[in-house]
Amino acid sequence: MIYSYYPGCTLKTKAKELDIYARKSLEALGIEIEELDNWQCCGGVYPLAKDEIATKLSSIRTLNQAKELGRPLLTLCSACHHVLTRVNNDMKTNGDINMRANNYCAFDEPYNGETQVIHFLTLLKEVVGFDNLAKKVVNPLKGRKIGAYYGCLLLRPSNELAFDDPENPSILEDFIKALGATPVVYPFRNECCGGYISVTNKSQATKNVDKIVASAKYKGCEQLITACPLCMYNLNENAGADKIEVKYFTELLAEALGVK
Amino acid sequence: MKKDMELANEVIRISGANPIRCMKCGKCSASCPSFNEMEYAPHKFVDMVVHGRIEELMESKSIFHCLSCFACVERCPRGVEPAKIVEAIRVVKQRQIGENYLDANDIPAIVDEQIPQQALVSAFRKFKK
Ligand code: SF4
Ligand code: SF4
Ligand code: SF4
Ligand code: SF4
Repeated sequence: MIYSYYPGCTLKTKAKELDIYARKSLEALGIEIEELDNWQCCGGVYPLAKDEIATKLSSIRTLNQAKELGRPLLTLCSACHHVLTRVNNDMKTNGDINMRANNYCAFDEPYNGETQVIHFLTLLKEVVGFDNLAKKVVNPLKGRKIGAYYGCLLLRPSNELAFDDPENPSILEDFIKALGATPVVYPFRNECCGGYISVTNKSQATKNVDKIVASAKYKGCEQLITACPLCMYNLNENAGADKIEVKYFTELLAEALGVK
Repeated sequence: MKKDMELANEVIRISGANPIRCMKCGKCSASCPSFNEMEYAPHKFVDMVVHGRIEELMESKSIFHCLSCFACVERCPRGVEPAKIVEAIRVVKQRQIGENYLDANDIPAIVDEQIPQQALVSAFRKFKK
């Protein structure tokens, strides 16, 4: 099985580590991926307005391309995963959006949400298996106290994302355990860092980030991991006086697998 | 009054949400990370749409403080989906000429070395039509 990989624009620029360590790790795990040709940016946020079709088209083209290749679509950035999953859901369940988008795109066959969108973490959990992953670890991250920062886009709304329990998620903690480190659960791990608000209102993002960092440190986290370049930016660049080290989860994975 | 309800119906249509279902429990606002920034908290948005008070919402900066974090959507016990209502009001506002909240000319002053493309793309999707 080959997975069609959708890196998204930020993984080619500011978040190269997220991408590079993912590729190295997958190679070590024997999972084959192929980057989609000519993919376009998904837009970063899911267009909530029911009458917005144009802003969903880039995602629909991506999804249809994977369908034509007969492959699942592998995502890595939280935001890409969120947008592609929700647009796919629209194509499955919203007759109006489906009809308009298909009229416009005029693919050889209409696209009706056939593609399976799978996040890298779900692939680790369900295809590789965390037990199996633990066996492939050559540098266990022993003694490290790591907090998972989920943010919002992977988890909510859970009826569409169906990623994990939205209030008490565990996939990243299980991942941390598989790498030999100690996961630290803290209350603000699924609260928003502010997302795009840091473009128009930095101080608002700082207020959110400060609560997250304080919550993580209080519970004893030495380091946080994330799957989202915007979370990374906000946690690093928009924190107030108190900071915490943040890494992409793929970097830890590569480190544990000995391919960093 | 007629115009107010027409606007409210437009917001309901664009959002696909159903504000009438709200039972005023306030859980959405209690969950909202932007509560302190907002003149009208999410439960208030819902109530004001029911009562056709759209123009007041369109004039409020509250519509630009929502993070689309979907905490309100996740936690509402009645499936009202307040985030979609906030978005619909922002959309109705910004579809008017000259009402974009973010302009490309604002960007050079905002960007720093580290800002990810994702932040800019997302902000333009939210704050410019
Ligand atoms: S979510 Fe972000 S990184 Fe991903 S493709 Fe869309 S805009 Fe680019
Ligand atoms: S950047 Fe914020 S909005 Fe995006 S996933 Fe992270 S927590 Fe959520
Ligand atoms: S989506 Fe907006 S209104 Fe809802 S909880 Fe998040 S910030 Fe508040
Ligand atoms: S959580 Fe739902 S039911 Fe409760 S006040 Fe908010 S919108 Fe109304």
